[in-house]
Amino acid sequence: MTQSLVNSDRLRLFVRYLVLTLIAAIFIFPLVFMVMSSLKPSQQLLIDSGSLRAFLPVGDVSLDNYFAAFQRAPVGLFVANSLLITGTTVLASLFLCSLAGFSIAILNWRGKAFVLSAILATLTVPFETIAVPLLLMSSKLPWIGMEGLELGWLNTYRVQIIPFIADGLTIFLFVQYFRDIPKDLVEAARAEGATWWQVYYKVMMPLSGPIIATAAILKFLVMYNQYLWPLMVVQEEGYRPVLVGLQYFFQLNTAWGEVMAYLSMITVPVLVFYLFLQRAFIASIASTGVKG
Amino acid sequence: MKHLRLTAGALLVSTALSSVAHAATELTMWYHGAGNEVESAIVNQIIDDFNASQPEYTIALESFPQGAYNDAVQAAALAGNLPDIIDVDGPVMPGWAWAGYIAPLPIDESEFADFLPGTKGIWNGTMYSIGLWDAAVALYARQSTLDELGLRTPTLDNPWSKDEFMAALDAAKASGNYEYALDLGTAWTGEWYPYAFSPFLQSFGGDMIDRSSYKTAEGALNGDAAIAFGEWWQNLFTGGYAQATQDGADRDTGFNTGKYAFSWNGNWAAVGTLENVDDVVFLPAPDLGNGSVIGAASWQFGVTTASKHPEGAAEFIKFATQDKYLAAFSDGIGLIPSTASAAAMTKNYSDGGALEVFFGLSEAQALVRPVTPGYAVVAKVFEKALADIANGADVADTLDAAVDEIDADIAKNGGYGN
Amino acid sequence: MTQSSVSGWGFALPAFALMVTFIILPFFFAIWFSLTNQRLISPNPAKFVGLSNYTQLLSVGTILLEPERDEQGVIVRSKDGEIKYPRLRKFTRKNPDYPNIQGMREWFSWQTGPNDEFKRIILAKDVVFMRALKNTFVFVLVVAPLQAGLALMLALLINQKLRGINIYRAIYFMPVVVSIVVVAFLWRLIYDGNNGLLNNLLGAISFGWIEPVDWLGQPSTAMGSIIAMSIWQAVGFHMVIWLSGLQTISPTLYEAADLEGASKWQTFRFVTWPGLRNTAVLVLIVITMQAFGLFAQVDVMTNGGPLDSTQTIVFQAIERGYGKQDISGGSAISVLLFLIVLSISLIQRYLTRERHA
Repeated sequence: MTQSLVNSDRLRLFVRYLVLTLIAAIFIFPLVFMVMSSLKPSQQLLIDSGSLRAFLPVGDVSLDNYFAAFQRAPVGLFVANSLLITGTTVLASLFLCSLAGFSIAILNWRGKAFVLSAILATLTVPFETIAVPLLLMSSKLPWIGMEGLELGWLNTYRVQIIPFIADGLTIFLFVQYFRDIPKDLVEAARAEGATWWQVYYKVMMPLSGPIIATAAILKFLVMYNQYLWPLMVVQEEGYRPVLVGLQYFFQLNTAWGEVMAYLSMITVPVLVFYLFLQRAFIASIASTGVKG
Repeated sequence: MKHLRLTAGALLVSTALSSVAHAATELTMWYHGAGNEVESAIVNQIIDDFNASQPEYTIALESFPQGAYNDAVQAAALAGNLPDIIDVDGPVMPGWAWAGYIAPLPIDESEFADFLPGTKGIWNGTMYSIGLWDAAVALYARQSTLDELGLRTPTLDNPWSKDEFMAALDAAKASGNYEYALDLGTAWTGEWYPYAFSPFLQSFGGDMIDRSSYKTAEGALNGDAAIAFGEWWQNLFTGGYAQATQDGADRDTGFNTGKYAFSWNGNWAAVGTLENVDDVVFLPAPDLGNGSVIGAASWQFGVTTASKHPEGAAEFIKFATQDKYLAAFSDGIGLIPSTASAAAMTKNYSDGGALEVFFGLSEAQALVRPVTPGYAVVAKVFEKALADIANGADVADTLDAAVDEIDADIAKNGGYGN
Repeated sequence: MTQSSVSGWGFALPAFALMVTFIILPFFFAIWFSLTNQRLISPNPAKFVGLSNYTQLLSVGTILLEPERDEQGVIVRSKDGEIKYPRLRKFTRKNPDYPNIQGMREWFSWQTGPNDEFKRIILAKDVVFMRALKNTFVFVLVVAPLQAGLALMLALLINQKLRGINIYRAIYFMPVVVSIVVVAFLWRLIYDGNNGLLNNLLGAISFGWIEPVDWLGQPSTAMGSIIAMSIWQAVGFHMVIWLSGLQTISPTLYEAADLEGASKWQTFRFVTWPGLRNTAVLVLIVITMQAFGLFAQVDVMTNGGPLDSTQTIVFQAIERGYGKQDISGGSAISVLLFLIVLSISLIQRYLTRERHA
């Protein structure tokens, strides 16, 4: 009796893993293709791509493409630039947007509905629409730097960071999440004499692991994959981020192997960041709840 | 004490010396070669040589990747941040000249008298830019294919007529050895379409725009010749000779692996093909009724209106257009050097060189794309019209719509100063 | 008492000020551009032209075509029996008798009249834009529920206590992380008409009965292919959002349901779904916004073709503004998009508002 129970449990477990794995295969194949292709010479990878060989490390496998990629473009510089810009923006954004989200979700103040509507309305504006006006503005904006007042933000890091710190999606994510947190926690804290800042910092944020992680990874992806804006505002190689660098590889005779190598390299930071977020912020699934 | 006087003296002497040898004026230059090791090496060599050859000016180079170059320069122009010297793609130049970004070239035109016509950037009678090379397109084929199918080898003086060309495609299709008879390169969306395919239209007797006034495309793009071209073009696809949508990988490797019998490709791919295919021959464009035509004009150097030292920029451009550098570029990237004298110095375009035929093609058959600031719109509209026709749209209606759009754009911009 | 204007404004101001400066202000510029004839680069100063960009985009007209008849008055038909009509060109180009429809093109048509011999044609000044509008709406209507639903199913699937479940979750998120360049390259190979992986797979499963299809090259299948690829790419992202919402539901509620012997479906309906309310609104709004902004996939895979079957609003806006240098036209399209999405989101919020007892 117990034997067959254990067997059917095992079977169910096996089926579950099977389903999960099949679905996983559908989602992971481009990553596999990218890494496998980065190990093959360009001509071969193009020919392989018509069949299942595309996903297997067969043929003339080597790290040549990686070395060649470093020859062609300052990969390290681009990755460093992107990480600097992305990291700064993500941190600043998490802070300022969660503050705003807290204010909208929890506090009552005059004009709140208007501000929320304005913020949500910006979700519909694609970046390309405001790119040109923003460019014209950026060439004239003032800044207090080391040498005092300077005009124009072109060819800097700040022009790639500051306009993107606050965005409607991040704020909206926090607003919806904070609305779900039970009000009695807030009321209890206020009853004990906490300031709003303390409520934000000591009550809401510690409970917000999942949404912080979600907002962080989304912002990271958007900033890391920026192409049009850096192209428009940066003319010096020293400030270019990774996707502008990708263009170095698209010549009249594109070396696809190097393209795959470069893409593999620039995907690494994103994966690392995502895995870090998972471990740091999202506790093991289905274990914690907020209510009760 | 002595120590102090010595240093003071040394200081005085060095200041005196440096004020005599005044600092060279720095000129900034932008080039589209980032990521292209060969071109970058040659450009850097020219700049180093120039800097060393005279004390007045130093050139500082900033490289951009080719795919992003035009957008980057336009954005910089909008923001008021242009360098002294830039290079510009031939058909784009009138737009920048009209907008006031490029200044007329402060060099006497006679300096470039023996340059290929496609390398001279002239708009409204003024020269704005000059190119170090030109690009051409030819019909790639294997000698063995021609022999197998029993086809005459066309020459510059005696190219294939339309009927001969279609007969060749028919033969290739009937043989069953090829997936498609003709590789047109439809995978390369963008500037390739007007560059490579408008010559066919011109060979039929039509054009993308009426070049006598540059104020309308009526009659040129939707006249009888153009409609005949449109139907011929559509037939290439409905008749199964070529693919309307093509994979990039097929474009890169298809001809080499024998997937296609013929390939319509530029001479920048020639060197690579020579390495992979033993008996490749580069045939001239077929004469579809009004003479054989191929495209022309590639990257050219110009001086910006933002430059405070146009005479220095001119010095550099004169220096860079010496034959030895034209030959260096040609050997490096496989494109046609601008002068016959430079061609004689190259390995591909000298007498008996593998690509020698392209020089002749460029000289005899090249026609530049329409020289108008409105080219940005003409190109995009033309590309879409070709793609739609290839996919089966009605020829006359599509060409009419294209003409209407081009005309409306020209009217909206006051005729573009032509 | 949560009334606190000082703190409220204080907390929200930094982010809001940034947004006003860098998003809202430039957008007002863009609105201004749409009312002029501004070209991206031009020596001519921009002239105010009022709503002409908008009328150029939205003008429609109509015409009734009579069939061609021969000398006896019998209708002329083609070889296939189709009625022949005079070419539309004659009426819409340089024809002063029809001033309202000059320069327009056919949008769609139907047969009408006593014997269905007349053809009623609806014309539009900018047919490509009309097609872009339609395609975008279709895309949103299909993708929004499909993607949200699939993402929810994946989230529920992932939300179980299994060893190594974190690895699976990371993998399901992968498409979101991988560059569009790689995704486009791969999916073009999958969809290739001659030798694509999809065609090979279908052929193998059906033992050659299913013929290869040129997925991206035919107007009928191109949009569907883009839809499949988009859903595949973005579903992991929304799965993560659903997950964070799922985790706000207290496990004691699940235990209570379990104790009462609720089935899986009942648990979902009465415990899970109500707790996901706010998340559902979030997911739906985000998916709708993103769907209206469809651009990158079209740009790298199909360029709006074949025959405008994958044109989208944002693609047109960018092609106009940057490709054809007509920044005023591109801005006009963006403003129209803004108005459309604003109206829809207002309707959505109205329909999903909290109903107070």
